[in-house]
Amino acid sequence: MEALLATIIGVLAAVGIYLMLRLRTFPVILGLTFLSYAVNLFLFASGRLALNAAPIIGTAERYTDPLPQALVLTAIVISFGMTAVIMIMAVGGYLQAGHDRVDLDRDDEEPT
Amino acid sequence: MTASTLTATTRNRRDPADAFHFCPDFPAGGERPGSRAPFTRSAETRGLRASLQFENRPQSGGRRMSHWIIAPVVLPALAAALMVIAFRARLAAQRLVSLAAILALNGIALALLAAATTGGPQAYFLGDWPAPFGIVLVLDRLSALMLALLAGLALPVVLYAIGSGWDRKGAHFHPLLMFLLMGIGGAFLTGDAFNLFVFFEVLLIASYGLMVHGGGEARTRAGLQYVAFNLMGSALFLFALGLIYATTGTLNMADLAQKLPALPEGDAALLRSAAVMLFLVFAIKGALVPLQFWLPGTYANAPGVVAALFAIMTKVGAYATLRFSTLVFPPDLPATALILPTLLLPAALVTLALGAVGTLGARTLPRLAAFAGIASMGTVFLGLAQFTPTATTAALYYLLHSTLATALLFLLSDLVSRRRAHLHLDRPAPVAQSGLTAAVFLAAAIALAGLPPLSGFIGKLLILDAWRDQAALIWPAVLISSFVMVLGLSRAGSLVFWKASDQPPPPAPAPEPLAIAATFALLAGLVALTVLAGPVTGWLSTTAESLFAPQAYIDANRLEAAP
Repeated sequence: MEALLATIIGVLAAVGIYLMLRLRTFPVILGLTFLSYAVNLFLFASGRLALNAAPIIGTAERYTDPLPQALVLTAIVISFGMTAVIMIMAVGGYLQAGHDRVDLDRDDEEPT
Repeated sequence: MTASTLTATTRNRRDPADAFHFCPDFPAGGERPGSRAPFTRSAETRGLRASLQFENRPQSGGRRMSHWIIAPVVLPALAAALMVIAFRARLAAQRLVSLAAILALNGIALALLAAATTGGPQAYFLGDWPAPFGIVLVLDRLSALMLALLAGLALPVVLYAIGSGWDRKGAHFHPLLMFLLMGIGGAFLTGDAFNLFVFFEVLLIASYGLMVHGGGEARTRAGLQYVAFNLMGSALFLFALGLIYATTGTLNMADLAQKLPALPEGDAALLRSAAVMLFLVFAIKGALVPLQFWLPGTYANAPGVVAALFAIMTKVGAYATLRFSTLVFPPDLPATALILPTLLLPAALVTLALGAVGTLGARTLPRLAAFAGIASMGTVFLGLAQFTPTATTAALYYLLHSTLATALLFLLSDLVSRRRAHLHLDRPAPVAQSGLTAAVFLAAAIALAGLPPLSGFIGKLLILDAWRDQAALIWPAVLISSFVMVLGLSRAGSLVFWKASDQPPPPAPAPEPLAIAATFALLAGLVALTVLAGPVTGWLSTTAESLFAPQAYIDANRLEAAP
């Protein structure tokens, strides 16, 4: 199970980094989303993997660490909110510029 | 409800029935059932076992906590919520609430500064949960200093925003400003690594909103780059925190400081990876080469008043680097001992050089200010790279100075932008009220380049003095980059103010007494820093020494019951 999870995290992170290096906003945002999936799985695994175990001490023989679940919940909420923000900004930039390139033009570098 | 009754009720609620009392026969052995991840874990369930000893630990209410420590986080949050809910469309009321909150924040920050000076580090236990399990905020001299700097910078910035009408150019300027203050203040105060991540996100999401305040195509697209860069930084931060938790089983910074020296040999590589990723995140925040690429585009395209406030966001990176490199990963920790000493000095020197050359090549005034800001971060990190109290004192002094000076230059470039047809340096255009703006520009340039008589000179002198033993490498770098900055700043000043074209200047804009007063307040701060250099460096030197002897900070967390 560890090898499987490690592979999944690795593939997700690799896909995320590849997409982040693209020049259009949509692949970049997808890449960031993939990267945040990889991070969330990684955080989850930092409390060790335990199947069919509740995060409560004393009710059963086996238990799992509850803290990474709390951390991952926070991380999910934050990355969800951030993705929404960057989506809005990407759509706003696209509507104003007429294209969705990530790079700034030389003439863009002047505050209005 | 008063502070003391609040403490008493939380204590009474939790004391009699501790959450873990019902399982006295919980196996105290080291191994966790369930499968193991592909790395070894040294601290199996230590945290959970420690919780069984709750009854033995002195409750944090034994000594009364000062609830003022959380005020810099709660006050801006309440003010922002009040503005959004009650004064959504009433700018005058928003301005009033914002100004009142920032004035109160100044008072609180000064009181906390006094408390930290006399009383040593104090912890605030949220919900009265004991330290490694709950979240703690820790007030020590460094965090109190940074809070005072934040409040002191926020006041001129909000005055400028009101005076120049920037807050009218888009919705929710003041609530976003409040959330930014909340995030930065929380990041300075927190004693928990994951909580630091959360406050980073709070300050970032507020800064995303402020960055695109006023709208416009260039600003929105530059904002997109800024958000994308910082989302990558957040992912890196989470990877680092996951690794740290996996190896140590704790995220409390004082607890980490205690547990890391006892970490088994096999976990050193994991810890080292975590430390590298963590310092990379702080380098992104602090605009350290090669992670500075986001800064010029962001700061140059952000509204001038927002960029002035962002001058302290790079200092959050410097603060976090200093905190982690002295408390969690001190220079004598074998696993991570070589990371910062080998990497930070070259990176700081290149940052300084790049910022200086950037001021020479900048084509607009805001970009010039952004590169001057990068150069000043290089100087700050140069002081932090030595890991001695003397050099850290110099770095802290320069940090105070450069925050005010960079903010001043950003406010000034905004003043010029409304008195000149455009901001390009290479196309001449007349400036209205050129005498006033040129005088402020001259002062800001002197401060940033490090010429006497302003505090930049003293700051650079302190850093040169601290690096006396490596003078052959460091002194030429600092002196030549200062000279290049003098060239770049005087070139920009001559192009804007002297080589103004023959056309009559545009009519002077409506008088903005508040905005002008705000720039002069920043200037007064620089002058005060110069005049009071002796007492300030004396205070900073005690602060730096306390950073390199973090036992008092650790003791404030009251971890003694933890295994």
